[in-house]
Amino acid sequence: MSALIEIEFRLNGISRRVTVPLQMSALEMLRDMMGQHGTKYGCGEGECGACTISVDHRTVNSCLKFAVDCNGRDIQTIEGLAATPFGENLNRAMVEHGAVQCGFCTPGIMMQAQQVLTDNPDASPAQIQRGLEGNLCRCTGYRKILDAIEAVAHPSPAGD
Amino acid sequence: MAPTPREEAFADSLIGRRVPKLDAPDKASGRTRYLHDINVPGQLHAKILRSTEVHARIVSIDVEAARRVPGVHAVITAADVPWQRPIGITKDHMPLKADVVRSRRDEIAAVAADTVEAAEEALRLIRVAYEPLPILTNSAQALGPGAPLLHGEDLRVPGRNGALEVVHKACSDNVSMAYEYGHGDVTQGERESAVVVEDVFWLHYVTHCCMGVSGVIAEFDASGNLLLYSNTQVPFLHKREFAELLGIDPGRIRIIQPPIGGGFGSKLDIYPFEPIAIFLAKMTRRPVKLLFTREEEFIASPTRQPVLLKLRSGCDREGRLTFRAVDTIHDNGAYTSWGATTPFVMMQTISSLYRVPHCHYRTRAVYTNNPYAGSFRGYGNLQATFAVEAHMDKLADALGMDALEFRLLNAQDPGESTPQGMHFRSCGFKECLGTAAERSDYEAKRRGNLEHWNDGNPIKRGIGMASMLHVGGGAKMYPSDGCGTIIKLDDFAKVTLITGASEIGQGSETVLALLVCEELGLPIDSVTVVNNDTAITPWDVGVHASRTTFIGGNSAIGAARKAKRKILETAAPKAGRTPDDLDLRGGHIVLKATGERIQEIGRFLRSLHFSEKAELVMTTYYYEPPSVHLDRNYKGDVSAAYAWATQVAEVEVDTDTGIVRLLKITAAHDVGRVLNRLGIEGQIEGGIVMGQGYALSEDLLVEDGMIRNPNFRDYKLVTAPEIPEMDVSFIETMDGEGPQGAKGVGEAPAICIAAAVANAIYNATGTRIYALPFTPEKVYRALRGANMPPKWPEDAA
Repeated sequence: MSALIEIEFRLNGISRRVTVPLQMSALEMLRDMMGQHGTKYGCGEGECGACTISVDHRTVNSCLKFAVDCNGRDIQTIEGLAATPFGENLNRAMVEHGAVQCGFCTPGIMMQAQQVLTDNPDASPAQIQRGLEGNLCRCTGYRKILDAIEAVAHPSPAGD
Repeated sequence: MAPTPREEAFADSLIGRRVPKLDAPDKASGRTRYLHDINVPGQLHAKILRSTEVHARIVSIDVEAARRVPGVHAVITAADVPWQRPIGITKDHMPLKADVVRSRRDEIAAVAADTVEAAEEALRLIRVAYEPLPILTNSAQALGPGAPLLHGEDLRVPGRNGALEVVHKACSDNVSMAYEYGHGDVTQGERESAVVVEDVFWLHYVTHCCMGVSGVIAEFDASGNLLLYSNTQVPFLHKREFAELLGIDPGRIRIIQPPIGGGFGSKLDIYPFEPIAIFLAKMTRRPVKLLFTREEEFIASPTRQPVLLKLRSGCDREGRLTFRAVDTIHDNGAYTSWGATTPFVMMQTISSLYRVPHCHYRTRAVYTNNPYAGSFRGYGNLQATFAVEAHMDKLADALGMDALEFRLLNAQDPGESTPQGMHFRSCGFKECLGTAAERSDYEAKRRGNLEHWNDGNPIKRGIGMASMLHVGGGAKMYPSDGCGTIIKLDDFAKVTLITGASEIGQGSETVLALLVCEELGLPIDSVTVVNNDTAITPWDVGVHASRTTFIGGNSAIGAARKAKRKILETAAPKAGRTPDDLDLRGGHIVLKATGERIQEIGRFLRSLHFSEKAELVMTTYYYEPPSVHLDRNYKGDVSAAYAWATQVAEVEVDTDTGIVRLLKITAAHDVGRVLNRLGIEGQIEGGIVMGQGYALSEDLLVEDGMIRNPNFRDYKLVTAPEIPEMDVSFIETMDGEGPQGAKGVGEAPAICIAAAVANAIYNATGTRIYALPFTPEKVYRALRGANMPPKWPEDAA
């Protein structure tokens, strides 16, 4: 049994205190200790983006981040994003554009889409594509995901 | 002009609309509970010890230290489950290996523990001694003299009465399964040919890469009934198979399918991890959860069937095909799964994609110490189409004929039957060819690109075409190819649609709900779909063969029409009308002729329920397609409908680096009819990009039986910036048997991309490459004549 350490951080706006093993990943902590199952394990080595979370407003692969490094940070997961007006808007766009099939990559893509549009609210289609490079999707062929994010970035005047 | 009341009443049709998936809002907000997210109180975590050898005799297994790890509840090997029975379609595969390991993935021992960490620690303490055996990792050599025999002895297990019985007979030639099909006389066909071409093609290993890794939760109740949380695509078939495996009544097995992180055919067979989890649950009397790591997913999941294929084909002076002769060696891997049966689909393409008067097809699926091949979207058709469409270009070029004209000349018309017995009641093949060619400006670009072959510019453009034929109305491979539906309406006109058809992300629950709403005149949000519990849902053969919209759809429509009939028959006398005067639209019973509203459906249902008659509207329906089983010569009309597509690929080839960029796919698909436009676009776009990966980047590197790239860093899936522009057209042929005219489409879009890309690379460079994938290294070498083309082994006859 490895050493345990107590950490404190904000999770989706709520202060949390938790004792974690030193070698535990943020992904395992979120899923196994805090019931945040929206963040997915896809590969465990930072290659697929399914476990994307936001730490101090920057997206990271939570599988590569140690839980202890969350100490003092501001963490947002898909559950937190989904409860914001922006998240609801993005959710609606993803749903209406058919960007969700099996849905396993979708939470990670939602987190990354937020990052891309926060960094550049006027992101071009090519910038959105580049921004999503680290998120794998096996079902959709990405087109409808990109359409959804573009629609959030550049809502059509008719509002369709 | 204002719409008439009838026009208004009937304007709410859902067919062809863009209907968002019913499960999408939960998925996009992280609420959906996949198998991975389910934790059962008291559950243990299981891990599997796999072989480190590719082919070896197991000398000893020492699990004593592993059993002493705190938190470990059980460590099992084959010795602990002497009653285990083989899995797989030929029953050549024991879940836990006792004497011999035949591939790197082979399961030797398994642990159930309180935590994953304890299970992993126990695995590290298990000592296995091996005695290496000669390895066989080249399928061509498997047929040669002196090849080691991988299943050279009878497989015997204890039967019900305890006596040993042979469950898999000794295989004396490494041929696991063999197929031979023919019609006409290829010798005569060859005599009638003006042009004959022959080539050997190598179709490589790829794997599904579902974003959600494989897993299962197994739990027995106190009476010995088994509950499985499983990602299977065929719950009712597996229920029966697990029962056989455990020697219990199938009625004592219940399978719940939580939402699945991708299927694509990977979950059609039972794999060893599933019985192993069940063994552990049985021994520990606790729920056992087993999840793969991603590395394990790469190593221990099925692959697409790798195929060495020799194709000889010809045409006469006018450009009519004269014959096709195909011989293939399928690398079966160490055990037999569905990959060995892909010839059922391949021979359809060989015999019936275009008119082929004389045809011969042969396949031998041979054992090797490689990973074993399963079913994967397209089921052999990507491989067959790759070869056939290369030859369509080569034959046209040899005749000096336009490649589109050559295809149109040989393409079938509606109403035709092929010598293999497939009857094309609806057939939009020529429309697919014409539409894809016209929208991509195929002919002009194809001619234009040739002029740049020698212009000194290292960047070349190419355009290539390929078409496909695939089952679109189920495939009668099992005793029944049907699907059952139960519909109930509550007092408020909310519908519960209980269907055997599984949702695997493809959108079946939405399209089935749409079809039901279309019949009942109700909005899509009035439906709850129940589709994932064998204790509740009626039987369905499973999600495969692009069959769910067609078969599940016809079943849902059947149940909905019975419900509608009941409502109209009961309502008609009260309205002083006949049932045929009435219809259901916009949530109301209406007059069919005028659209005039008579009564709100919910109000009517309450009046029916709380009357003296006291009735509810509940209906059932089982749909069996009017297809037939293949006869012993593999002939027969195996599907109720057939799907067609033509795809045109445009590429840019950098001849200095060998990098091929896929710029655009122009696709035309005969889908029968578009039901949910959003869903069908998603299927086609996703299939195109999966085909792109098969063509350009995905390559499971298997060397000496070891997988060299079991991770997403080295196994290259297509990423968002790499997708092509996609122009998709739907050819609506309104199939007479299809639900609202629709045909299956799930597999179609992935099938001809690689073939079209190969033709495009040739059009760009004048170099034809006969092996996939078209990685920069392979293309660079091919352009310099440094590629060894695939060879047919001489001693394979």
